[in-house]
Amino acid sequence: MPDATFKILRGDNKSSAFVEYTVPIAPGMVVLDALHYIQAHQAPDLAVRWNCKAGRCGSCSAEVNGRPRLTCKLRLDALPLEAPITVQPMRTFPVIKDLVTDVSWNYRVNEKIPPFTPRENVEWKMKQRDIDRVQEFRKCIECFLCQNVCHVLRDHDKGEQFGGPRFFVRVAGLEMHPLDGLSRTQLLRQDLGIGFCNITKCCTEVCPEDIHITDNAIIPLKERVIDNHYDPVSWFLRKIRKR
Amino acid sequence: MSEKYETREHDVLIIGAGGAGLRAAIAALAEGASVAVVCKSLLGKAHTVMAEGGIAAAMANVDAADDWRTHFRDTMRGGKFLNNWRMAQIHALEAPDGVRELEQWGALFDRTSSGEILQRAFGGHTFKRLCHVGDRTGLEMIRTLQDRGVHMGIDVYMECTITRLLKDGDRVAGAFGYWRESGRFIVFKAKSVVIASGGIGKAWRITSNSWEYTGDGMALAYEAGAELMDMEFVQFHPTGMVWPPGVQGILVTEAVRGEGGVLRNNVGERFMERYDPEKMELSTRDVVARAIYTEAKEGRGTEHGGAFLDISHKPADYVKRKLPSMYHQFRELADVDITLEPMEVGPTCHYMMGGIRVEAESAQATVPGLFAAGEAAAGLHGANRLGGNSLSDLLVFGRRAGLAGARHAKNVGPSAIDESQIEAAAKESLTPFLHLDGRSPYDIHSDLQDVMQNYVGIFRNEEDLIKGLNGVLRLTDEMIRVRVEGSRLFNPGWHLAQDLKSMLIVSEAVAMSALERKESRGAHSRIDFPKYDDAWGRQNNIIFRAGDEMKLRQQEISKMPTDLEKLLSSE
Repeated sequence: MPDATFKILRGDNKSSAFVEYTVPIAPGMVVLDALHYIQAHQAPDLAVRWNCKAGRCGSCSAEVNGRPRLTCKLRLDALPLEAPITVQPMRTFPVIKDLVTDVSWNYRVNEKIPPFTPRENVEWKMKQRDIDRVQEFRKCIECFLCQNVCHVLRDHDKGEQFGGPRFFVRVAGLEMHPLDGLSRTQLLRQDLGIGFCNITKCCTEVCPEDIHITDNAIIPLKERVIDNHYDPVSWFLRKIRKR
Repeated sequence: MSEKYETREHDVLIIGAGGAGLRAAIAALAEGASVAVVCKSLLGKAHTVMAEGGIAAAMANVDAADDWRTHFRDTMRGGKFLNNWRMAQIHALEAPDGVRELEQWGALFDRTSSGEILQRAFGGHTFKRLCHVGDRTGLEMIRTLQDRGVHMGIDVYMECTITRLLKDGDRVAGAFGYWRESGRFIVFKAKSVVIASGGIGKAWRITSNSWEYTGDGMALAYEAGAELMDMEFVQFHPTGMVWPPGVQGILVTEAVRGEGGVLRNNVGERFMERYDPEKMELSTRDVVARAIYTEAKEGRGTEHGGAFLDISHKPADYVKRKLPSMYHQFRELADVDITLEPMEVGPTCHYMMGGIRVEAESAQATVPGLFAAGEAAAGLHGANRLGGNSLSDLLVFGRRAGLAGARHAKNVGPSAIDESQIEAAAKESLTPFLHLDGRSPYDIHSDLQDVMQNYVGIFRNEEDLIKGLNGVLRLTDEMIRVRVEGSRLFNPGWHLAQDLKSMLIVSEAVAMSALERKESRGAHSRIDFPKYDDAWGRQNNIIFRAGDEMKLRQQEISKMPTDLEKLLSSE
């Protein structure tokens, strides 16, 4: 089997440069296997995050040949090997070292979202058909690739005003939970800035779990926000009900 | 001292943020304690996310005849009666409440037609008992616990590794560690420490475990004077991927068999008929793992030395709905469409039944102020764990450890940590940077994986185990001069050097216990002692530290009350 050449962006938040490594290819090899090979044989301090190596934990996100990917699921035989394979950290988040980025902002956003709050005296029974769509959202492995490609975060740096696709998926999972009794539309409109999303679907394209982020989570949430905060009929009904 | 460090103070310090650690944190917070959770990875990435098949709990939603007594009996039979019977009883009694709590905190399990939590069949369980979410139950569990804990106010210290427990006299008073990101040191002062750091799978070559599973918690407890128990019982899951090489060992959930998958050898024979004609593919994991290993060894294996696991007789839609992760895993990593063709599978190191010896009710170890739960603790599973009993273990004993830790913290006065312990820990951590001619941690780790895989594997004999033990001791010697390059900033080579120390301590305990137990029971199969031995069936192997030396002794299993004993003999 031939060798593959990798160009890995190495460095910290002050300076970085591409460093080239050559790796012997094994059958079925994925990019993360190559990174491990480089650690064991050439660069013991190459910083990489990973855990399950099976596409379940969402730790090993990076940009390979410019595309955001889970390195544990990206096979070398799916890449052109004539040219070096470039591997860079996710661009949206600050670099700590090499391929490891500071994703702590995501955990701070999550803390803003009120957790599941069951309605009073609910009976703990649900039909499978009523939870199918929520189970889709619950598949999220928090790889943050959707956050990485979202132009509101990547190009416009709106992290303080915008929650990003990951957290719309999370809110959708709570809002559409059949037994949840809380409304989070105010949060979506203000703290999470759902209005900034102009539905370019970049997030959906990169989701390794194939969650239909835009169609199934963001658009229905936008509709809820509009119904609750801009639709005069529901505004009126809400007023009456409150009384 | 010369090295600077930051200090944090909490009532309860929890090491590990998987299911057990997070459940412990929630319980301790509910008692009003201030709680720190320290984890080596980012929050939500612990190995609990890899748990696929489900949580065993006798809810009786599908099989009305199920109850805790049957679950207790199945667990004891699966563990070949070496289990701590009181833990098995508590576990069976409390697991259903653990599942209900998860649901009330927002977890969404698959449903029955009447809207209850759906339960599926699994190896060794008499009834359909595993509450599940397709084949991603662990993800649902960890996300639910994570969100609950964070909103209750846990302080989470992510990407932080603990290298030593700190003591005040006999009792635990805190822990020393470093931030993986910066390499800076941190000292935790705590009245109680709960160890929930999982297992030791990374000491074997073929494993389902990630880099984190290096036996840290067991090694920390051992070094702090706690006892370890049942260390010879390492579970090899029967079905890991075997091809291509990069994915070797990755788990193939038992739910494939629970949903009707069959095992065949290279001549198309459903070979489980010869090993367990009654339970077939749903026999216990020790039996199925040995069966697959034997078929391959005797020339009836697949091209890459495994067995065929086939679910393609089920409708493709059904397979994709009930086993979506498996479908994607094989399609993307092995070019196999499991709805059309069989998978190639073989045994993979998966779980440590042994661990820190704890008291059943409170999860307290043999050192005051130290508690342990989940895979890091011993007792519940005996000689072999049933699938699904791990997630329920995390819920039941995670909760108990958190409660007991918080109550202990209320009842003890302040402690003092003398500076010399911290200084010694800092020095030990940095020494590898000073070595210019030692071996790389990656090389030592690779050698250890070969030693454990080849000599302390599924089938064992005295000659191999002696080689294994000597191999571990030789590598322990080489570790003294392990060499690390680069800076302290997020340096995986340095991180591995720290983890290797734990791996070597725990590997020594495994090899030593396996050499001592001269019988075959559950996951411990001695070719030179192939039968059960009643005398060994009445005692556990205990590992403890005497001076600088690892010692072993036997401990008689306490007598079971007659009402429980009756349950075991009934059908």
